[in-house]
Amino acid sequence: MALVNIKIEGHPYQVEEGLTILEACRSVGYRVPSLCTFNHGQCSKASCRVCLVAVKGARGLVASCVYPVNEGMEISIADQNAMEARRANVELLLSNHNMNCQQCEKNGHCELLEVAKIVGAREGMYQGEKTPTTFDNLAPSLVRDTSKCILCGRCIERCKDAQGIGILGFENRGFNTIVGPSGNRSFATSPCIQCGQCVNVCPTGALMEHSEIDLVDKAFKEGKKVIVQTAPAVRAAIAEEFGAKIGTVGTGKMVAALHRLGFYRVFDTNFGADLTIMEEAYELLGRIQNGGVLPQITSCSPGWVNYLEYYYPEVIPHVSSCKSPHEMLGAIIKSYYAKKHDIDPKDLFVVSIMPCVAKKYEKDRPANRAVDGLKDVDAVLTTRELAKMIKRAGIDWNYLPEEEFDQDLLGEYTGAGVIFGVTGGVMEAALRTAYFALTGEEYPKIEFKEVRNVSLFKEATIKMGDQEVRIAAVSGMKNAKPLLEDVKNGKSPYHFIEIMGCPGGCINGGGQPYVHPNLLPNEDANILDTYIAKRASVLYSEDERLVLRQSHNNPDIKKLYKDYLGEPCSHLAHELLHTTYEANREKYPQVKK
Amino acid sequence: MIDSVKKLDEKIAHCSSCLKKKIEGLDGKRAVVVCGGTGCMASHSEEILQEFQKLIAEYNLEDEVSVNHVGCFGFCSQGPFVKIFPEDTLYHAVKVEDVKKIVEQDLLNHQVVEELFYVDPNTHEKVQRQDDINFYKKQVRLALHGCGHIDPENIDEALGYGAFKGLEKALSMKPQEVIDLILKSGLRGRGGAGFPTGRKWQFAYDQKNDTKYVVCNGDEGDPGAFMDRSILEGNPLNVIEGMMIAGYAIGANNGYFYVRAEYPIAVKRLRIAIKEAEELGLIGDHILGTDFSFHVHIRLGAGAFVCGEETALLNSIEGKRGMPRPRPPFPAISGLWGKPTIINNVETLACVPYILREGLENFTKYGTEKSKGTKVFALGGKINNVGLVEVPMGTTLRELIFDIGGGIPNGKKFKAIQTGGPSGGCLTEKDLDTPIDFDNLVAKGSMMGSGGAIVMDEDNCMVDVAKFYMEFICDESCGKCSPCRIGTKRILEILNKIVRGNGTRQDLDDLLHLSKTIKAGSLCGLGQTAANPILSTTANFMDEYLEHIDEKKCRAHVCKHLMKFKVVPELCKKCSLCARNCPVSAISGVVGKEPFVIDQDKCIKCGMCFSACRFKAIVKE
Amino acid sequence: MATISAGAKKRILEICAQYKNEPTPLIMILSEVQNEFGYVPLEVQEIIASELDIPVSDVYGVVTFYAFFSLKPKGKYVIGVCLGTACYVKGSQQVIDKFAELLDTKPGGTSEDGLFSLDALRCIGACGIAPAVNVNGKVYPKVTVAQVPQIIEEYRKLEEGESL
Repeated sequence: MALVNIKIEGHPYQVEEGLTILEACRSVGYRVPSLCTFNHGQCSKASCRVCLVAVKGARGLVASCVYPVNEGMEISIADQNAMEARRANVELLLSNHNMNCQQCEKNGHCELLEVAKIVGAREGMYQGEKTPTTFDNLAPSLVRDTSKCILCGRCIERCKDAQGIGILGFENRGFNTIVGPSGNRSFATSPCIQCGQCVNVCPTGALMEHSEIDLVDKAFKEGKKVIVQTAPAVRAAIAEEFGAKIGTVGTGKMVAALHRLGFYRVFDTNFGADLTIMEEAYELLGRIQNGGVLPQITSCSPGWVNYLEYYYPEVIPHVSSCKSPHEMLGAIIKSYYAKKHDIDPKDLFVVSIMPCVAKKYEKDRPANRAVDGLKDVDAVLTTRELAKMIKRAGIDWNYLPEEEFDQDLLGEYTGAGVIFGVTGGVMEAALRTAYFALTGEEYPKIEFKEVRNVSLFKEATIKMGDQEVRIAAVSGMKNAKPLLEDVKNGKSPYHFIEIMGCPGGCINGGGQPYVHPNLLPNEDANILDTYIAKRASVLYSEDERLVLRQSHNNPDIKKLYKDYLGEPCSHLAHELLHTTYEANREKYPQVKK
Repeated sequence: MIDSVKKLDEKIAHCSSCLKKKIEGLDGKRAVVVCGGTGCMASHSEEILQEFQKLIAEYNLEDEVSVNHVGCFGFCSQGPFVKIFPEDTLYHAVKVEDVKKIVEQDLLNHQVVEELFYVDPNTHEKVQRQDDINFYKKQVRLALHGCGHIDPENIDEALGYGAFKGLEKALSMKPQEVIDLILKSGLRGRGGAGFPTGRKWQFAYDQKNDTKYVVCNGDEGDPGAFMDRSILEGNPLNVIEGMMIAGYAIGANNGYFYVRAEYPIAVKRLRIAIKEAEELGLIGDHILGTDFSFHVHIRLGAGAFVCGEETALLNSIEGKRGMPRPRPPFPAISGLWGKPTIINNVETLACVPYILREGLENFTKYGTEKSKGTKVFALGGKINNVGLVEVPMGTTLRELIFDIGGGIPNGKKFKAIQTGGPSGGCLTEKDLDTPIDFDNLVAKGSMMGSGGAIVMDEDNCMVDVAKFYMEFICDESCGKCSPCRIGTKRILEILNKIVRGNGTRQDLDDLLHLSKTIKAGSLCGLGQTAANPILSTTANFMDEYLEHIDEKKCRAHVCKHLMKFKVVPELCKKCSLCARNCPVSAISGVVGKEPFVIDQDKCIKCGMCFSACRFKAIVKE
Repeated sequence: MATISAGAKKRILEICAQYKNEPTPLIMILSEVQNEFGYVPLEVQEIIASELDIPVSDVYGVVTFYAFFSLKPKGKYVIGVCLGTACYVKGSQQVIDKFAELLDTKPGGTSEDGLFSLDALRCIGACGIAPAVNVNGKVYPKVTVAQVPQIIEEYRKLEEGESL
């Protein structure tokens, strides 16, 4: 990369050509306050005007987030006019902002507040009418509050360009501009897949998960036996909420915290994942051996399942009928576990801690009520909500010991379950078991390097005996679209496809801790490019650490089949562990308030 | 098909002689032309034309008289115009019922209808010929070439009036030579900031790319400006030719006209002109047998002022919300669909054929050192001669307002002239002798803009004027960047406070501070100039602001909250007309007995009584 | 979601097809639909979005950005009062206020009988005849407040004539 010479505050620096002023400044130790800009311009581009700097010779001030550096450029961040302008622009944004900051769910993670602090915004500087606002909490997963929105456009970019869906867009013009689903509809009444990627990038409290902490509190108060399970991806990120660097393992402390929060049992969703693998691998074998509909597509990502029902209902026959792991575990808790311990399933309350917001919706699906019409899972909390509960209870993360998940019928888990949290992981885990089922042998080389990569689309061909199995793993709906087109048109070359709703898989789910570089001074400048890989490495190293790495070798799983379910895909297994999909899902349903 | 220079020359020669014969009556016919500009069309010029056709048929004059529409005469407040050749008689403010008289008196009996002549308001003389009217005397029509003269829906008349000679010349040159010529001509963009047109072309020319575009910005949005509309209505082919020359120069094969949907007549005529030129092979592949191919497309605006900003315009053509893009990259490097694109205003392109056709000197002889050629202004507001004028750069405001514009009506005093639309600024008495050019206007705190020129007199309150422009800008802000989206709203709120008599000195400080922020920090040209109405009116009329704030007084009696209507008892004829017109029954009195009185608590200051009173017994205070 | 008649849907598809060779024809299509149907409701936007293979939010964003498009049906007669500078300084604000009063609707709205819509227009370039009022393309020059009732009456009469 060629270098150019620039000056910042009169001091000479060499920086890479092609960088924006903002990036160039950061690379040599200057942080220009910025707000709307997101990684590599994934935003509405230069709209907030909070990153203005003075550039010698330029007409007016320059938005450093989009303006490229060039040879001989002289930049001043501390220029008086630039500082005043940055402050005034933040003050203007605040003048049109719902400033109930103390009660705001985003308190502590708000980039607007952070930038207001940096530029020294003064209280009540500008006052006046505010843009008419909308508060939408009808959807089970997401809440939209336009009174907090600063129109940065990150969510729009995420939904449209990263996910290829485009539910969110700008509406109206000028002072009346808002962001929302077309017609300012609710998320609940538009074909939004509830993946929550928009929430991950929102700098303020305008887009949030629909909190269910209250549901959990209520269950405790009612004296229910509240059982909690945690998804693999949660442990890869929860420590971030307590100041740890991205990529820190949080498993033991998280379990310790859950014990201290008073949960009756703390299980690992990995058990459910192992169960899913058993069912899904045998389903795949069945399809391959009996000439069933191929390729088979995974079903554990509810964002993807929403996408399927809204946009590709023709593809439903390809999709595994397996419930997602936490739903399976929930169903097993309310059936097998309850029976073994002679507990009335009505007295059980299952909470799933998930990296995902779509799971909140998934738990409400009518098809996910295996036992007596009870929901398999009663509440879903995101990684972020769990952190809130921990903090609320006065638990100091740093002092927590490492504890183990509870060993009570459903305690064992394998490495296969752990890697569910990463794109490619489900397929890898399933293939470990499918290979065994097909050949009677363990696959000699367990890691399928071909798919182990956080890149968003991977494919490989695996030889199982004399059978060649072609596989693909894809994450993010935009990347899934071309594969789905092929499947729809009968042109897909694959036997098995793993699809994850969020780019990178569950570790980058819509319920994971925010990665807002402005608020993470100890992370590298390029953290937005590397955080997914860093979290993934946590799961891969846990997989490698475990002795048991294949779901079919999990002793508790073996016992469950022997004592209760019979064999994979048995009648009872189908009743409890499999689900159905809606081929005619209404894109714009009427929802009552 | 005209597929060679020779054929074009033959066609032009033929058409020129036809047009000449028509104007000079050498074909043994008299020619009636009726103004077909939007203003005159609104005053029934279409019906006038039909009436002529009907009566000409009735009197069997078809072989002796021809009749057709022409483009805008410019003198819109005096329209509709009817002109008769070869005598060059001009009738103004013609009504449908006047047509019979013109036909019977003039066409049949060669007796001019004097009562329809224009009357000079100062000398009260009747003027028969257009060129003798003061309004036209100082004008030089380069960009308005052909407007008011040729039938815009007939390509033969355009060809007879010089069309395609400029392109023919350009095609005989190398593209770089054309660019050099435009550079030397000193032509600057007529749409706003006055960027040198040749440099824009050069940037685009230098890009190595097989696909480039020329875009003509016809999204004339400044309130009070209508020069682009008139040019497109009066001689669309001239602009098309300018676009094609630009296309040849930079290496583009496609041109897009972006025209406001509010200009249906302009769009219709543009469509006709494109079609006619395509049929003759003058637009299409291998024009005049050369390697140059060019296609012309039309895209309509959909009602967003910001789309006059060039990057917003590109987004609009691309089917997106018209929100500006950050620059760089500049459109000349990455414009329409990511390809090198030049965007020129209608008037700019209209000047290009002239420069090629008539040569450099005939262009540069007009204008000032750094602003060559002419500029079209739309004179409006409190001025006698409302209309479109084209004058050499360097003409003073005094000449524009008083000589051409005929001064201020009703003996009122000139207060200010707003140039450059909402993004411009106001100029006052002290600036009247400033020669108008790009740089002088900027130095005086205004700008050329597209050429709107709205005159204000002593009855205009400058705080109210600023408020009017801010309302406009607030409505038209695209909403993308925060200083413009929120800042203009806050400014408007402060102004509202001031005109209601609730303003404070602190508000004034905030106003100025906010204005500077918006100017320095907004994303696009519209945002950067959004606060100009404030900056300009406060610079020139701070005393009026202070009066509103300190004395709660509006000297022009415009700000409703700061004024009262009163009945002067001595003048009141006790007729009750005011009371009968009052929508809120705020006026009481006894007919014929007691003078009427306005109840100030009930009065909503609508002014109905003021306009109703025939005895000037109601005054503003 | 309200349903669209099969005929209307067919026509909308035709309009979309007509522009299939144009790059980025969204605004052209919307303009034509607006002209023909008088408004572009969400249901129609869905059809256009699926024809152009773009998200509905892109279409909705465009429709709500440009003043020319309307989400609700306009009145049979659309009264536009120019509020350009020239018209404003000659009193067009009072003219539009009078229309608003007589039609009992705000600018941007439609009278209750669905007959009239009232719009504030940006400069329509008819400054020479300010204040200008445009009713379904017919321009009324130099309109005074006193003329406003007559203009409305003219169309009401036309309506009565038609219904007879």
